[in-house]
Amino acid sequence: MAGSNRRASTLVIGCGALGRELVELVARDGLEHVEVRCLPASLHNRPEGIPAAVEGLVIAAQGRYERVFVAYGDCGTGGGLDRVLAAHGIERLPGAHCYQAYAGLAAFDRMAEEEPGTFYLTDFLVRSFDRLVVAGLGLDRHPELLPQYFAGYRRVVYLSQRDDPALLAAAARAAERLGLSFECRHTGLGELETSIARLAVVAVAEAA
Amino acid sequence: MTDEQELDLASLSDEELVEQMHDDLYDGMADEVVAGTNILLGRGWGPDRVLAEALVEGMRIVGVDFRDGILFVPEVLLSANSMKAGMAILRPLLAETGAKPIGKVVLGTVKGDIHDIGKNLVGMMLEGAGFEVVDLGVNTDVDKFLAALDEHKPDILGMSALLTTTMPYMKVVISALRDRGIRDDYIVLVGGAPLNEEFGLAVGADAYCRDAAVAAETARAFIDKRRAAQA
Repeated sequence: MAGSNRRASTLVIGCGALGRELVELVARDGLEHVEVRCLPASLHNRPEGIPAAVEGLVIAAQGRYERVFVAYGDCGTGGGLDRVLAAHGIERLPGAHCYQAYAGLAAFDRMAEEEPGTFYLTDFLVRSFDRLVVAGLGLDRHPELLPQYFAGYRRVVYLSQRDDPALLAAAARAAERLGLSFECRHTGLGELETSIARLAVVAVAEAA
Repeated sequence: MTDEQELDLASLSDEELVEQMHDDLYDGMADEVVAGTNILLGRGWGPDRVLAEALVEGMRIVGVDFRDGILFVPEVLLSANSMKAGMAILRPLLAETGAKPIGKVVLGTVKGDIHDIGKNLVGMMLEGAGFEVVDLGVNTDVDKFLAALDEHKPDILGMSALLTTTMPYMKVVISALRDRGIRDDYIVLVGGAPLNEEFGLAVGADAYCRDAAVAAETARAFIDKRRAAQA
């Protein structure tokens, strides 16, 4: 998907929801040895399919890269992804999902405890709100289902990766559409940035 | 029912009508399910038979196709709403028959988790299978579970979680039952998207139920087994 060249020694297998940010990080840091490949974000609608999809790319990468990193959280696989990754000796992003990776584990836990009925948005989800949330939940065709989906929710928290007024306005509109209160907490790239930076450090250490 | 021409449900034989109701449930057509329910009752069917053969069986088919990736959550919700519409007619009639529930279930989504779509489907299928269901709602902490067990004295405790971060709370509840020496007084069933059989056993549940239909079947099987052992 990005950084594709013959010198790539590291493969990052990422969720499509993180694809844009991964590609930008790799380009920003000049990580020519890192190649990014993403799986469709829509796999989250069937998280039980994530471990097999990731393992397919891991197996395809064998012998072609010196190391593989997986830019997924547990993502609703109930430990299924970890079992696959443990079998191949591969690390992934810390935490249960990308919200935790962006916000930081402790900060996310505090937010979840403070209000369990929180619907989280990221830059990706704001951009994809109509497709993944509205259409994905069938709310475009059946708006009457909204209370069934969101009865337990009280607020939207937008964990923003970039400071973009247009995304902020779109996130606020999304919250309004769901009938929930809205707040924004700027997280930047959080653990995603830390993990990719670590790949650079590993490569430098190996080259020395 | 996708034909453009209006289908006269009353003109169908019992067998055809039940099959049509399965299709209407599948397509989330609540008005047609209500009409079919009333027609079958008018033909002398007992409410329990309408429930089992037309509604529960129809919803079981929906559950299978959801599991196989043919149907998705919106379609399942529409189907469930159709079944609920049919059950709203049958519930008072079932109560009138004086038939005792086959068991009682206390059900809740665990603390920290506000997801209830799966739990509500389980509650509906359990009710359809003849259980009395006490639904504690979402974000249920251990004290609320214990108080409900004490108050309602159910046969079964059902716990649901959608989040990887909240599913370990099931162990907290089961440990509390153990600490009080009441774990074996209840059949404990757990379910939710990120769970699996291994997790269910690890937290000390009697069974993990992968979907609502399986939950109802499992509940029935455990009740039968327990009653046979007591006989």
